[in-house]
Amino acid sequence: MISSKEQDKYQRQITISGFGIEGQQKLKNAKILVAGAGGLGAPVSLYLAAAGVGTIRIVDSDMVAISNLNRQILYTEADTGKRKASVAQERLHRANSDINVESVDTIISPENVLALAAGCDLIIDALDNYPTRYLMNKAALESNIPFVHAGVYALDGMITTIVPGKTACLRCIFPEPPLPITTPVLGVVPGIMGCLQALEAIKYLIGIGELVTGRMLLVDGFGTKFNEVRVQRNPQCLDCRMLW
Amino acid sequence: MSVIVRIAGPLRQFMENKSEIEVTATKVEECLSMLESQFPQIKAQLRDEQGKLHRSVCVYVNGNDVRFLQQLATPLKAGDEVSIIPAFAGG
Repeated sequence: MISSKEQDKYQRQITISGFGIEGQQKLKNAKILVAGAGGLGAPVSLYLAAAGVGTIRIVDSDMVAISNLNRQILYTEADTGKRKASVAQERLHRANSDINVESVDTIISPENVLALAAGCDLIIDALDNYPTRYLMNKAALESNIPFVHAGVYALDGMITTIVPGKTACLRCIFPEPPLPITTPVLGVVPGIMGCLQALEAIKYLIGIGELVTGRMLLVDGFGTKFNEVRVQRNPQCLDCRMLW
Repeated sequence: MSVIVRIAGPLRQFMENKSEIEVTATKVEECLSMLESQFPQIKAQLRDEQGKLHRSVCVYVNGNDVRFLQQLATPLKAGDEVSIIPAFAGG
């Protein structure tokens, strides 16, 4: 039930055509897994919290480092050396005390990934490496949970929403990982991409608009251009062929 | 046959930070070779030691993945857009 305080808080989005109290209730009932509390995870989780997503489960095993602060806007200089998961929980709760925030301070592994995804309506891929992205992609497929992938490099970003059994999965698109490197990145770019991930999540939960499914949106921050390409299921895909 | 090649992410630094260039090519393979001759350092980013495209790099012609067309033999016509998109690990 949406309280009168919540009606006041969310008034400007409840009045969006197709949103309504019903939409707000859907957000309140939802649980989202935000995998990673870094450059993408910070804006995603802040906007999901602000929008009133009822439960946000945020997972990260790192500590806040000074080099994170150009992009990881959940944290301040005073947080350096603290556990990201617990700082994120405190900040998100402070942003919106009407939601539940579950923080999990752990390395995502084959042993725990299904448990982390359990009970979630949607997974945000806010990770920073391909081995863990593949793990989460597979868990999303096995658990039949939509998975919003985004990645960044310097001034470029990409996003696609994966719906198990309906769209290509991450491994259909990129069967093998890129070489592990330290990614240069301007904080604005994960800011843009994280906001797009939050937009996808909210639209999916409410059932409005069109998702970036079956296509990948490419943000070219150098040229300030948005392009897109079609993504197709690979019938030989190691991760999702069992679904077809 | 002049086509536009768009690149993204980590490839950009090997192409003088350009987003796109024009090359003359009738097939995707020829397009990649033209690119590699103009920017030799990009070759190792695109292909393995056997000359095959890395499986972390996708090539699209007019938004369509060449793996579902005729791979690197996919023909090109004037004005086509070839996008070369590597996976971005960063988050």
